[in-house]
Amino acid sequence: MRPSRDFARVLLIWVVASAIATPAVVIFLTPDLPPGVESDEAAGQQVDNEVLTAVATPVLLLIVIFLAYVLIVFRQKGPAIEEGPRIYGHAGAQTAWIVASTAIVASLFAFGTWRLLDAGAAGGGQGPSPLSPLRASGGETLLPVQVIGQQWQFTYRYPTYGGLQTPHLVLPVGRPVEFHVTSLDVVHSFWAFELGVKADANPGVDNVAYVTPKRVGKFEVRCAELCGIWHGYMFDTGRVVDERGFETWIRKQQRLFAPVQRYLTPYSRTYLPDPQGRAG
Amino acid sequence: MTSLARRLVGFNLLTAIVLAGAGYLLGGWLGDRIAAAPSLAYIADTGENDVSLALGYLLGVVGFLVGLGAANYPARRVLGHPPSLPQPETDGIGRYFRFQPDHKVVGVQYLVGIGLFFFIAGVNAMLIRLELLTAEESIFPPDRYLTVVGLHGTMMMGVMTSAVLGPFGNYLVPLMIGARRSAFPRIEALSFWLLVVADVILLTAVALGGFQTGWTGYAPLSGQSSYGIDAYLCFFVLIGLSMTLVGLNMTATVLTMRAPGLTWGRLPIFVWGVVTTAAMMVLAAPVLIVALLLVLLDRTAQTSFFVQGAGGSSYLFENLFWFFGHPEVYLLALPGMGILLQLLPVFTRKPLWGYRLAVTGMLGIALVSFTVWQHHLFVSGLAADLRPFYMLSTELISIPTGFVFVAALGTLWRGRIRLTVPMLFCLAWIFNFLIGGLTGIFQADAPSDVTAHGSFFVLAHFHYTIMGGLIFTFFAALYYWLPKMTGYALNERLGKVHFWLMFLGFNSTFLPLFAVGLLGMPRRVVVYPERFEFLNAWASVSAFVLGFSMLVFLANLVYSLLIARTTAEPNPWHSTSVEWQTTSPPPAHNFDRIPAIGDPHDYGVAPAGGRP
Amino acid sequence: MSARAQRTLGVAVLAVAFCGLLAFYVSALVSSPPAAARSVDLTLQTVGALGPKYDHPNWVSYLVKDRDGKWLHSTSLEVPANSLVRVTILQYDSATGLRNPFFARPQGTTGNVIQIDGKTVNVIDPTLTSHTFAIPQLGVFVPLPGVADNAKNQCGAAPCTSAQAHRTITFTFRTGRKGRYRWQCFVPCAAGFLTGFGGPMQRFGYMTGYLNVV
Repeated sequence: MRPSRDFARVLLIWVVASAIATPAVVIFLTPDLPPGVESDEAAGQQVDNEVLTAVATPVLLLIVIFLAYVLIVFRQKGPAIEEGPRIYGHAGAQTAWIVASTAIVASLFAFGTWRLLDAGAAGGGQGPSPLSPLRASGGETLLPVQVIGQQWQFTYRYPTYGGLQTPHLVLPVGRPVEFHVTSLDVVHSFWAFELGVKADANPGVDNVAYVTPKRVGKFEVRCAELCGIWHGYMFDTGRVVDERGFETWIRKQQRLFAPVQRYLTPYSRTYLPDPQGRAG
Repeated sequence: MTSLARRLVGFNLLTAIVLAGAGYLLGGWLGDRIAAAPSLAYIADTGENDVSLALGYLLGVVGFLVGLGAANYPARRVLGHPPSLPQPETDGIGRYFRFQPDHKVVGVQYLVGIGLFFFIAGVNAMLIRLELLTAEESIFPPDRYLTVVGLHGTMMMGVMTSAVLGPFGNYLVPLMIGARRSAFPRIEALSFWLLVVADVILLTAVALGGFQTGWTGYAPLSGQSSYGIDAYLCFFVLIGLSMTLVGLNMTATVLTMRAPGLTWGRLPIFVWGVVTTAAMMVLAAPVLIVALLLVLLDRTAQTSFFVQGAGGSSYLFENLFWFFGHPEVYLLALPGMGILLQLLPVFTRKPLWGYRLAVTGMLGIALVSFTVWQHHLFVSGLAADLRPFYMLSTELISIPTGFVFVAALGTLWRGRIRLTVPMLFCLAWIFNFLIGGLTGIFQADAPSDVTAHGSFFVLAHFHYTIMGGLIFTFFAALYYWLPKMTGYALNERLGKVHFWLMFLGFNSTFLPLFAVGLLGMPRRVVVYPERFEFLNAWASVSAFVLGFSMLVFLANLVYSLLIARTTAEPNPWHSTSVEWQTTSPPPAHNFDRIPAIGDPHDYGVAPAGGRP
Repeated sequence: MSARAQRTLGVAVLAVAFCGLLAFYVSALVSSPPAAARSVDLTLQTVGALGPKYDHPNWVSYLVKDRDGKWLHSTSLEVPANSLVRVTILQYDSATGLRNPFFARPQGTTGNVIQIDGKTVNVIDPTLTSHTFAIPQLGVFVPLPGVADNAKNQCGAAPCTSAQAHRTITFTFRTGRKGRYRWQCFVPCAAGFLTGFGGPMQRFGYMTGYLNVV
């Protein structure tokens, strides 16, 4: 059956609107999409968001334009009930819709999987045996940092610096970081927003996430999983500093926390919490 | 006995409440005796006997149901009496307060019950937005704020699952399939009263110090919580039971009691929505019951299902919960789709476009929804290797959802559209669910989900799909079918005011929250960074407008049904569907003769030369 | 009265009842214990069990001394901004042990030290810790050592007196600008609750509260 004039009109309006809106969205909106470009992983997520926004824009426009057209053109005129045409379906339209939606879904899946399997897997928690680890390249060595979540404060341990434990997170710029996120009591979630890292902290589990901070500056650390009454207050400000500043900071922390070093639990991937009280 | 005494004594609500109290006290006493056991020595330290409370609730519920008369027929059968059909009362307002195995009575009971608890949960939502109006100042201490959040989410999720199947499924499905009753009328009545006791139990949490786990009740946080969490656990166990029973009843009804000539290919699309939902309910709800009973055991019997240090795992709870939790949200979406596609033909005067495609879509959603749940756990570290599979299944489910969309759009195309109040709500569904669905793909994409997970972006997404989807069509169904159920008309102008305030208020509330979430604000927080204050304040004020729109609706409802009581026309929407061919409200036995049913959507003018 | 008027009256009564219930609910949610009066001297005590005079007799709790010298069961504390605050904590409870031994090192106090029974220390044994007083947003973390298990004359019910066995911990810290900060205990001292962090550890007014810098 030939597409009707109405249908041709809707299609035309949609094509024009998409042709204008999609590039506009990509050029003006997407460069500022969260989570930003403070790290490789955040930048990777931003690319994903850009692509998804670019795909979503024409879909949104199609339905909205269709709705608007229908509501303007196909209204009942006057109070008397008018009957509409007895159309039960249209094989061509249905087939086109099925094919188009399947194609979009398949390509989004392929795209998402490709991005996920990329090294570092976009900064998300990958469990104890990560599928997409980040390997040190060039002269940079991987910096392991353990994030310990407990009610209601994150603390951090640097195993390559003697198991030093600190209340604040400081990272050197440009070095790949391997986070080991675990918890001492209930489920928390370590979310470093600007770095694009989020990994759940489960008791007795070592959840590994990777990030390479690209710029010196501050980032927000927030708990992203409800963990009790002060969940909303479980936040902190982390810093990315240059290599020398990092070494200075480490030495300062080592001096400050020297008195408690002998009491610290030996560094371990997980700490089994004692159900009645102290952690193992 | 005086006539008053004769009316009060018997199996009724008063007896039920008295026996509930007795059961509660008995359970408490039993719990205190059990607490002497050495393995329960912790109770002496905490001063909180969860065994007492849980047993108290359990026996209280049993007492309530026995007092109501729900156990009478099973008892008679156990004692050897032959099976018999129920003989429900046919008139009098008292039957709405009793255990009535009559699908129309249960439908109205559900409507009032759902409305009441929806209102209470909505009040809690207003309190949440009040707290989030400012970035720093806390009106509520943090434990009470989390109780408000938990009450809002828990009550909504527990109640809204039955929001369509309860009132409209129970009331209309037998009418639409040409039956005089549902398959299991007593189970139907039981499912309603389970909902009522469950919600009363949940509300007692407020007096017990509340619960701070939100509606998801993650262990081990729920294991370590104080008293109030037991109310939450018992609530959901009872709701799970109620859901299973509703699902059972609806599935059996549609499977076995269709009128002659009503093949599956002619079933009204609303009934398809109900039966796919019902089948899913039966499969999903029991998993929730199990998960929460395990938490209760961890709390009372000192088991360690979810305690890492003693052989359990927090992952176990997340897995069990979300195995139920994801089908749950499609349980919320599907009935709305059924309502949408049932009503659109009436207001476009065309048959439903792509009926078979829409049915395939609903079945596809029901099936695929059981395979996607790990997408709630993308960053948890659990089964991280399987994330591509779950990305695929999550993306795939948008295909059958699209079928429902295209059926709606095709029905609108070339119709003769009348913008009545129910139609407005249906059109709003299309817009809202579109936004909800499109934002879903950002979360289905695992890398993008790293930022979106656990943030307000997720919150806005599910409010768009659940509230923008289900609740809007729930109101469409209300405005559409209330004249049939009560015989009274609702005020059209107030209805339009309600719609526009609600639609604009709703979008204005949740659209900014997408941005707030993606920019870094986690969920369930009582304070947030200063830079989000403007958007949050905007959302809060819009939420107050949304809340006000509900008051407008309430005023309309109360005025039209209780005060003005203008009789409605017999078929105000000019529908050709079966339920409109009888009186408003329908007679007690629905039909004098079971009709033979033809085309479910007999609208439209055939083109010259017969059907295409 | 006509049937319609009767129905209107009924609806009005129900509406008023509803509003009344709502007001009651909100007021119950918002109510909180009174704050101790603002002072640069903060005197607190921690007790192992509140005793029969209070709502939860088995629960651990902090109490604060107000200007009249009376012990208030409240965890809403008020201190002046931009000042040096002197804190004295009388610790009456026995040791439970820190879940994270890192918090056995005092932080955020003047010199990162505290005085325990007059002696200045910069770390205590984490297994002998009974509670902590921590204001994470201000970087203040103070571990509180426990009373020995075999000490004589231990306190069983609040408020405890100076004659009963206790440890005295003093320290000072600086406040900056105005604000409301949370403070909490980091020891899993809620006996009987799974992981020791239920009950009093998660109820406002026992082991956690607000520090209002005004």
